[in-house]
Amino acid sequence: MTSKPTNLRPVESGTLPSDPVEDAVAASEKGRREFNPERHVYEPHRVGLPPMGAYLREVWRRRSFAYEMSRTTLRAQHFKTGLGQLWLVLNPLLLCAVYFMLVDIVRHGNRPPNYFAHLVAALFFYHYYSGAVNQSARSVIGGGRLVLNTAFPRTLLPLSSVLTAFKRFLPTLLIYAVVHVASGLPIGLHLIMAIPVILLLTAFTAGMAMLVSAAQVYFRDVASFLPYILRIWMYATPVLYFVEDVPDRYHWLLDINPLTPFFGAWSDMLDLGLWPSATDLLWALGSATVAVVVGGLFFISREREFAVRL
Amino acid sequence: MSSLSASEPTTAVGQDVHDRGPAVRVEDLSITYRTNYEANPTLRSALGRMGRSTRAVREIHAVKNVSFEVPHGEVMGLVGANGAGKSTLMRSVAGILPPTSGRIEVDGRVSTLLALGVGFNRNLSGRENVILGGLAAGLHKSQLKEKYDEIAKFAELGDFMDLPMRTYSSGMYGRLAFSVAVNMDPDILLVDEALSVGDARFKRKSLRRMRKLCDRAGTILIVSHGMQTLRDLCTRVAWMHQGQLMMVGETEEVIDAYSEFLEVGKNDTASLEDL
Repeated sequence: MTSKPTNLRPVESGTLPSDPVEDAVAASEKGRREFNPERHVYEPHRVGLPPMGAYLREVWRRRSFAYEMSRTTLRAQHFKTGLGQLWLVLNPLLLCAVYFMLVDIVRHGNRPPNYFAHLVAALFFYHYYSGAVNQSARSVIGGGRLVLNTAFPRTLLPLSSVLTAFKRFLPTLLIYAVVHVASGLPIGLHLIMAIPVILLLTAFTAGMAMLVSAAQVYFRDVASFLPYILRIWMYATPVLYFVEDVPDRYHWLLDINPLTPFFGAWSDMLDLGLWPSATDLLWALGSATVAVVVGGLFFISREREFAVRL
Repeated sequence: MSSLSASEPTTAVGQDVHDRGPAVRVEDLSITYRTNYEANPTLRSALGRMGRSTRAVREIHAVKNVSFEVPHGEVMGLVGANGAGKSTLMRSVAGILPPTSGRIEVDGRVSTLLALGVGFNRNLSGRENVILGGLAAGLHKSQLKEKYDEIAKFAELGDFMDLPMRTYSSGMYGRLAFSVAVNMDPDILLVDEALSVGDARFKRKSLRRMRKLCDRAGTILIVSHGMQTLRDLCTRVAWMHQGQLMMVGETEEVIDAYSEFLEVGKNDTASLEDL
């Protein structure tokens, strides 16, 4: 009466492709025969992490999801409101005006040379970071039903938030370019270093985004604390002031802040017309690597649990 | 904190297609997960609990040592009382929940029509939700563009496709979800209690569509409380109770045993049909 399957011979895990060459062949094969049968094997993992090669390949294969997700988010957030896309530019400009006034008052009107350009550059840069982290905090929770119903690498959710923030950051760079030229700051080949510095900050941001969005699944108040933490973090980063302005007794704050090298390199390059120092770049690289590894591993080792925690 | 060991789909293409094993093979599968019973877990409450050293998680043994196979082209029904682990089993076959122990092999493209349906963001339009869902499921943009028209046509939503999904009625939700699931050309379709969507006409249409899928040697794994639906569609039925597989066999046989177990008469249509 009860027919239980009889052929329960143990399947050797050797049938799984482990050879990277074979893997690559399989992947390209799969690309060609998209709708043809696929074979999936789901097994528990001892260490809680999926095979990273296969995982990263899946992320890359589904990257268009992240693009589309960020496009849709942007459209929903800006393009349907009254002032529409203008907000992308107005919002950071107003922010600059507020902080400029504030600092000017506190400093009794004697501001260092090129202070405005520094403020705009650093504030936009920080705004990119904090915007991405803030936005990504709710990305996994916001993906609710998608997470419950579809098997896909969940890292795409926070990464698409970072992409959204990056798209918001780009137009602000144009505003800064105007300020830069108007302030008569040096223009030269050293500005090319903006690209690696932005890439490094993006990597650091992605790591933080993964960390925060996974934490939000377990503690739903993380996203509420976050704006305050990010605000305080900004005051501890040379955004509203130059590194040189900081009195000795507060220097430890900059030393322990992983964002300091990014902003040091950024303002050396933009305000002073220097090539960013190797020390700053190396520290930034170190921070970014730690953030990506810690955030990524935390997220990926937890992501299979999200479906039961939402 | 985590009790779930992660799992990962390993894709091995290039095996001999002619020598196909079953479409779905589940071997000694157990799924245990921890879930938080607070409605809204917060850091604040966690810190509060730390002082009292209590925990707000609870372990759920949703599936216990389940083994079965579904050959290609078979429609297998899954019955069981609420909380029997049916949905968990379906999610793990879809690759969403990892096995705690055991192994699942799935041979073919899977499309899921799970209880919650499509549409993760109610503020986005039906079109945007369909596209994002498809991309997440691993389809290419060009393929989606092709499929999109079929999906929209089958769902019969008309202009609603471009309105935010919060404006949809629950029947419309269900129709769109069903349309997405069957139009992805799945080899294996996982359906979780979703056949009762839509009006009578749409229901008939969905049944026809599922039969068509079976004729094309598609495999369907279907959870339903509607016994008539199962009798109509299934070749075999599996019955789960409290995470364990009670019985797998011929449709009539299993449904009879299950009905007896539930102490409802054979012809008690009110309790056995999806209303």
